[in-house]
Amino acid sequence: MGEAAQYAIKMHHVTKTFGKVVANKNVDLELKTGEILALLGENGSGKTTLMNMLSGIYFPDYGEIYVKGKEVTIRSPKDSFTLGIGMIHQHFKLVDVLTAAENIVLGLEGKTVLKRREINRKVAELAQKYGFDLDPTKKVYNMSVSEKQTVEILKVLYKGADILILDEPTAVLTPQETEKLFAVLKNMKKHGKSIIIITHKLNEVMAISDRVAILRKGEYIGVVETSETDPDQLTEMMVGRPISLEIERPEVKRGGKRLRVIDLTCLSGDGVKALDNVSFDAYAGEILGIAGIAGSGQKELCETIAGLYPSVGGSVLYSESSEKGAVKERILGLSPDEIAKKGISMAFVPEDRLGMGLVAGMDMTDNVMLRSYKSNKGIFVDRKSPRDLAEKLIKELEIVTPGVETPVGRLSGGNVQKVLLGREIACQPSVLIVAYPVRGLDINASYRIYDLLNEQKKKGVAVVFIGEDLDVLMQLSDRIMVMCGGKVSGIVDPRKVTKEEIGLMMIRTEQDGEKEEVTE
Amino acid sequence: MLNTLNGLFIAAVLAGTPLLLGALGEILTEKSGNLNLGVEGMMFMGAITGLAGSYYYEQAVIGSGGNPNGAVSSVIALLTSFAAGSLGALIYSFLTITLRANQNVTGLTLTIFGTGFGNFFGEYIGQKAGGYVAVSEVTKKAFSGIDIPVLSDIPVLGPLLFRYNWVVYFAIAAALFMTWFFNRTRVGLNLRAVGEDPATADAAGINTTVYKYMATVIGGGICGIGGMYMSMVTTSGVWVHNCVSGYGWLAVALVIFATWSPARGMLVALVFGGLTIMRMYINIPGLPAQIYDMFPYIATILVLVITSMRRSKEHAQPKSCGLNYFREER
Amino acid sequence: MSSNVTHAKEPLFRMVKRDAIPQKKAWMIRAAAFLLSLATGAVVIMMLGHNPFSVYISMIKGAWGTKTVSYETIKIAIPLLITAIGISFAFKMKFWNIGAEGQILVGAVAAGAFGLFTAHIFPKIPLVILMMLAAIVAGGLYGLLPAVCKAKWGTNETLFTLMLNYIALAFIKYLMNGPWKAPGSSYPKIAMLVPGARLTKVFGVHWGWILALILVVVSYIYFNKTKQGYEIAVVGESNNTARYAGINVGRVFRRTMFLSGALCGLVGMLQFAGSDFTITEGTAGGVGFTAITVAWLAKMNPAGMLVVSVFIAMLERGANAIQTQFKIPASAADLLIGIILFFMLGCEFFITYKLIGRGKEEHHA
Repeated sequence: MGEAAQYAIKMHHVTKTFGKVVANKNVDLELKTGEILALLGENGSGKTTLMNMLSGIYFPDYGEIYVKGKEVTIRSPKDSFTLGIGMIHQHFKLVDVLTAAENIVLGLEGKTVLKRREINRKVAELAQKYGFDLDPTKKVYNMSVSEKQTVEILKVLYKGADILILDEPTAVLTPQETEKLFAVLKNMKKHGKSIIIITHKLNEVMAISDRVAILRKGEYIGVVETSETDPDQLTEMMVGRPISLEIERPEVKRGGKRLRVIDLTCLSGDGVKALDNVSFDAYAGEILGIAGIAGSGQKELCETIAGLYPSVGGSVLYSESSEKGAVKERILGLSPDEIAKKGISMAFVPEDRLGMGLVAGMDMTDNVMLRSYKSNKGIFVDRKSPRDLAEKLIKELEIVTPGVETPVGRLSGGNVQKVLLGREIACQPSVLIVAYPVRGLDINASYRIYDLLNEQKKKGVAVVFIGEDLDVLMQLSDRIMVMCGGKVSGIVDPRKVTKEEIGLMMIRTEQDGEKEEVTE
Repeated sequence: MLNTLNGLFIAAVLAGTPLLLGALGEILTEKSGNLNLGVEGMMFMGAITGLAGSYYYEQAVIGSGGNPNGAVSSVIALLTSFAAGSLGALIYSFLTITLRANQNVTGLTLTIFGTGFGNFFGEYIGQKAGGYVAVSEVTKKAFSGIDIPVLSDIPVLGPLLFRYNWVVYFAIAAALFMTWFFNRTRVGLNLRAVGEDPATADAAGINTTVYKYMATVIGGGICGIGGMYMSMVTTSGVWVHNCVSGYGWLAVALVIFATWSPARGMLVALVFGGLTIMRMYINIPGLPAQIYDMFPYIATILVLVITSMRRSKEHAQPKSCGLNYFREER
Repeated sequence: MSSNVTHAKEPLFRMVKRDAIPQKKAWMIRAAAFLLSLATGAVVIMMLGHNPFSVYISMIKGAWGTKTVSYETIKIAIPLLITAIGISFAFKMKFWNIGAEGQILVGAVAAGAFGLFTAHIFPKIPLVILMMLAAIVAGGLYGLLPAVCKAKWGTNETLFTLMLNYIALAFIKYLMNGPWKAPGSSYPKIAMLVPGARLTKVFGVHWGWILALILVVVSYIYFNKTKQGYEIAVVGESNNTARYAGINVGRVFRRTMFLSGALCGLVGMLQFAGSDFTITEGTAGGVGFTAITVAWLAKMNPAGMLVVSVFIAMLERGANAIQTQFKIPASAADLLIGIILFFMLGCEFFITYKLIGRGKEEHHA
């Protein structure tokens, strides 16, 4: 039984497939008792799938799982709790209209009648023990993202979990919150908990973990002691080759100001400023990168410019000069339709590809004509030219699909993105806004997307690129605007700053700091 | 004047009870995330089976030379109507929960089916009985008002509160029990979670399928009892063609008006019950009787619009209502 | 507690969403479900002590046996079909209009306003046109109301449209008892439309059937070939995508619901001027609800709705025949329709999902 003490979890030769897609292939993973193990891998490498087999969401096709030395079968989330495993999902699983404490005791066995006061007290005590700050009676819909995460963590602790799995926990947090979370995790380790943290951020791996296990394309690559490794080695293990991951940044002569955004302000659903006096210019023939922690106003920024989100102040000016003459328009507050009617070709690749950019249930032809179906005269739609375009896109972008009639929702993530970006580029935009275009894509597809963006830049398009990976942003962009909490904290030349400097700007608004205080 | 008001109150309670039962059944159902538009159908099913249960019980006892017992007859009507409502809800549950059919369409189909079921067997049993189905005096008496000892003798309050038939008290007890159940018990909390966010409930280890089935089937049974009230009390134990006629839909409206709270449901049932019979008690000059019939519906629409304007998170329909849940949907 | 073959510990059945299933196989599943539903109906008939075959045959004969009954059957199918088409406008954009019943009634009332009170002023053709227009506008506006609230505040349309049914019904009762009560009648009823204003019969049935067939073709073209039809489909799939595509979602809601209500209103006029010649609480007679299932079963395909509505009309008409012949109450039609619909709704599951037995490999087509 020595093994029982040493390993909290052992996964042996675990395989999971979804249809033809092999998500995990013969994966071995060991979590020592009382350690923090980082599970590292790039998008689509199967990290979450692997962990979902521990949390009872998926059932493995082959392989064995041992928990505390005993072979186990985890058929449902319930089985998983019983074994002391608690997973904190990337997308929170909380019921909005219930309180923190109610969410925490949800689904637990116990006396028929709920003793609210007692439960609230217990939750408060638990929160205190690990250094959380939480009001057990607060309703979830009134909570900030980090509070929700706290509830998620307390939920598994309350159930007595001693093995915690956190799926990309820092993606939604500010650096301060991340720091706080890491402190709590270290505290939990002291209390004897074993922790797996899923991530693809190397600095976090280095900061928090004892050991690092690496997955690549669903396969287990190996495990290393954090103290004996460095980011370069980890990257190589993650990607599979030494980093020759140079992204091209073609030198193009910058054109005129295509888009001038001045003091743009808008509110989020609950009345907080989602964008706060945002000002910048986007030039023809450049890629303007936008960096920031998730939820810093990027989504609102693109949607406001594209005419999909209401603003409460500021202006957006569009100007273009060509042989046909100069166009100068105020476009803020116009709908996408009205923008198009002014003769402005604004392309926008939204973050939510199938929920906003495309119609999952429709075929490629109908999707390709989504933005242009009004262009012909009369009441009937013309499906002939979209169909030709769809076929052209399939050929040019090597889109893997059974045919133009297949609903795009059935395609893989990379192919979906090619359809979307292909359509947007086909309308010969003068401004191209792309939000997280490579999220969830593998390396190959990602590089194809970068190439497409560079091609547009060479054509003189003003490209606005919202990204999450700073390395990519720094290699691809001509300038980077850093956002923090809805404000612009600066616009920098990526050739002249370090990643750390940008990282710092992501958490505080230096340049704008004084200016903001005056206006408010 | 006071007499009129007292009379109106009593009549409102009597008219509101089937609505309350239908609404309670639907609240329970909707709390699990199922929008069952088959209330009308389930009430029809309960109406005929409750009546048939009592009727056949009496026939059997009389046939064997005995005297039917009112209490037994009542219990049989209660159980058979509950069973029939549950059966309707079970069909609905199987189609929507297991086979993931569209909830709106399935509910409407259940209404068509249940209406046919009620009217068909009502006429069929009537044919066999040689004209129409009617229960004997014993059962009729069992479903008329009871004087609760001592309490019913209190002046004013006695006749106002303590002289109804037993189903009225059953409905009130059910409403109070449900309020307690939703707010104070673990199972109630879990059920609410299933209706709000089945994926979360599932991840918390709650068996969403079992919860949805149980809530929907029991809810259907309660609707069935509401239908039984229509045939046993409202029409005094005689089958009347189309006897439920829209009460099921009114019950669905009541759910909205009560903002999914069983306790408020009692109050709203009283108001709705009052509105449906008000024309017989209060005559507003210039306002024709039929216009009164619109009030409950107009009021419901106003509540719907106002709640949607306020976008209240809590006094609203459970969020997953109308949507089927499939764990591996990605 | 362990064996090392993980397979054996899987749940008995797992469900997986299918990839596209061949059309032929899908129709086979539907046909099987249909036959099963008839078999279930047969069991019920047997329990009542009748021979199911003779009952079914009697139903068919009762619906198509003679010219007269065929006309009656078609007369039942017309409102079902047009209402189903009307409803499918809304359903295609996932707007749950279950208020067809009310829209039919207000359509009938609007038509009645002209038909009953201006028949002595206008000649037949202008009068019929007026009645049609009035019914279309009234039904359309009645459908528009919930759409406006939905567009503005996101008000739940299912319950809104449902409530409107009963308001329309109460209004008709009011008219029957009060302002429109037929002079000299001892009980509440509305006067009959004068024979000169009734719809002309073409091949034995009022011309509503021609209109219905035209609407099948027109709505098919509208849904599949026009920009507005495309917009409805996009809105139905995702409001966000629709906004992104420059579609004014609120306007599509309003426009489409007006059309949806207008078609239902038109049904009210056809019932009034072509079939009943008066207006009662039964003018809509559950058509608004049955039509929903018609539209759903036909997967919003107008040609399919034609088939389904004629079939349901046959059941309803046939039920009258078995009432006289076998003394089976005519409500049996509703019972049987319910059973058939249950089976048809259930079978869609086997088209969308497949069950994987324990230990079976998942293989994709």
